[in-house]
Amino acid sequence: MSAAPTHRSLAAQRLLDSSRWGWHEYAFWLFAFALYFIFPSRLALLTEIITLGLLAMSIDLILGFAGIVTLGQGAFFGLGAYVAGLVAKAGMGTFPLSDPIIGLIIAAGVTGLLGFATSFLVLRGSDLTRLMVTLGVALILAEIINQMRWLTGGADGLQGIISSPVLGLFDFDLYNKTAFLYSMVVLFALFMLARRIVHSPFGLSIKAIKGNSLRARAIGVPVNPRLIAIYTLGASYAGIAGALLAQTSQSASPDMIAFHRSADALLILVFGGAGSLYGGVIGAVAFRLLQDLFSSGAPDVWLAALMNVLPSALNVAPVTAVLKVIFGLMGPKYWSLWLGLVLVLLVLYVRGGILGLLSNLVARFKRSSQKERL
Amino acid sequence: MLTILFDGIAYGMLLFVLGIGLSITLGLMNFINLAHGAFAMAGGYLAVVMMNMYGISIYWCLPAAFAVSAVLGAVLERTLYVRLYDKSHLDQVLFSIGLVFIAMALVDYAMGANQQIINLPPSLEGRVDFLGASIGIYRLFVIAICSLLTIGLQLVLSKTRFGSQLRAAVDDGRAARGLGINVNFIFALTFAVGSGLAGLGGALSTGIVSLDPTFPLKYMIYFLIVISVGGTTTITGPFFASLLLGVADVAGKYYVPAVGGFIIYTIMVVVLIVRPQGLFTRSTAR
Repeated sequence: MSAAPTHRSLAAQRLLDSSRWGWHEYAFWLFAFALYFIFPSRLALLTEIITLGLLAMSIDLILGFAGIVTLGQGAFFGLGAYVAGLVAKAGMGTFPLSDPIIGLIIAAGVTGLLGFATSFLVLRGSDLTRLMVTLGVALILAEIINQMRWLTGGADGLQGIISSPVLGLFDFDLYNKTAFLYSMVVLFALFMLARRIVHSPFGLSIKAIKGNSLRARAIGVPVNPRLIAIYTLGASYAGIAGALLAQTSQSASPDMIAFHRSADALLILVFGGAGSLYGGVIGAVAFRLLQDLFSSGAPDVWLAALMNVLPSALNVAPVTAVLKVIFGLMGPKYWSLWLGLVLVLLVLYVRGGILGLLSNLVARFKRSSQKERL
Repeated sequence: MLTILFDGIAYGMLLFVLGIGLSITLGLMNFINLAHGAFAMAGGYLAVVMMNMYGISIYWCLPAAFAVSAVLGAVLERTLYVRLYDKSHLDQVLFSIGLVFIAMALVDYAMGANQQIINLPPSLEGRVDFLGASIGIYRLFVIAICSLLTIGLQLVLSKTRFGSQLRAAVDDGRAARGLGINVNFIFALTFAVGSGLAGLGGALSTGIVSLDPTFPLKYMIYFLIVISVGGTTTITGPFFASLLLGVADVAGKYYVPAVGGFIIYTIMVVVLIVRPQGLFTRSTAR
């Protein structure tokens, strides 16, 4: 046998390399868990970010890896939230049902079932058909939840969901310590699972389908079963994300299944960068921090500061009026304006979101350092 | 019974005028423009401002709403949309949702989030009895205008040179280009007219449905239903789809209010499953 590597082993080697953990991945997760000590007073916000990130990750599985355009992921998120809430209410203190982990598993199962059932609708037709079907399913589900007032509380939502201690050991506390660690561990576990899956032969075949489904079919990939599988998995992930939010915020509301939930999640993923599993979490952090900043009244402070340093030549009525309008629009009521702007700019100018920007910078840096060496 | 049918037809015709621009541009450029409702909202608010604040007659407001929305559409098409035709559907969706969000926030900022209602002139208020059914005069007015528009559109499409160029471009854009038809120009013009019609529809709709900043999102789903049921290759398809949807929606809300919007969403999903190309389209091998 010759020592020279064959094409086959080269390709396999490259795939193996890409599945190996890089230092920045270790750093990312170390930092994520360290947030517990860095921001002990912001754990509620961080917990919410985790659930959003998980929802975006679920879209990443479906869209970033399999290329299925969806506007209805909020359906699974909301269903997961309601299922977990109802399970916790039904469980009230008795062990098996009241454990949050059991709630997560049931939510994952139910949303997975819905995902499986609706995946057949998604297989058909073009991007536009997929958009409309996913959107339609989400709207129907939202309508059902809104109408089944006796079960779901209608427009008021489910209130007073009380989760018993995780594994019977860790009770949810006022400072959200348990909530944060619990969500973080779930996020990490699901991330590990997703990472295994996308680097497995199954995951590679999903990427192949996204690249070119006709060719994938020609080399023997069973396209439809694979798409059904990944769609079902993504639905379960979204369901778990919703369940986490319901358990940690102790409520489930129609807001969790509304259209803007799906749109936000899609935006978060695109904002962070699709196709890497990390994009969703990073996008969620950026999204929520920005939203938090805008609703905190900070823009008023900025405006006052800006007015103070404004050169007197510019301190005339038209300029200050424009500034006032701009900063006035930064209030929480007009949040969607900035969301929309970000979306438009992302599509027009920034390919691949935050992660894409970062990797572009890194590539440029490497190129320039190579030139210096030459 | 007859009243409901009549209201449904008025509503359906309105939906047709609101949505026809979207279905033509979608068929022409395969561009998913979820922001179509934003143009309708622009027309609607323009009419509200003109009528309620300046007391201008509705007969001037309607052409103005058409013109302003059309210009708005043309400007946005030339500056922004034109850069997205060769991008993926996902990008188009994100971009147009972004536009919707921006439009909603701006309208909210300028006009507030409360619902706007126009004060109809006395000549359009009241009801008349027709075959034992009581019919709103304004709805008659809407039906008359929408019918005229539909007939006009159909004539332009079938009788004029521009119409045949447009149909050729929708059927096969590449071949049409090869024959020397300036598809981009046709598209820009169609986009502008479609936006203008949406604006006109928006202005008309202020007398029937309420207008608030969530209008584009609320009606996005209706437009999508019209397209999914009616297809994008003709204008008769969307026309009948709009009528069906209008009657189904009005009747559904009247007879079974508990089910609410459920019926129409279900219709859409079922149609998409059974006939992904639309109910009223010829099955063309493309």
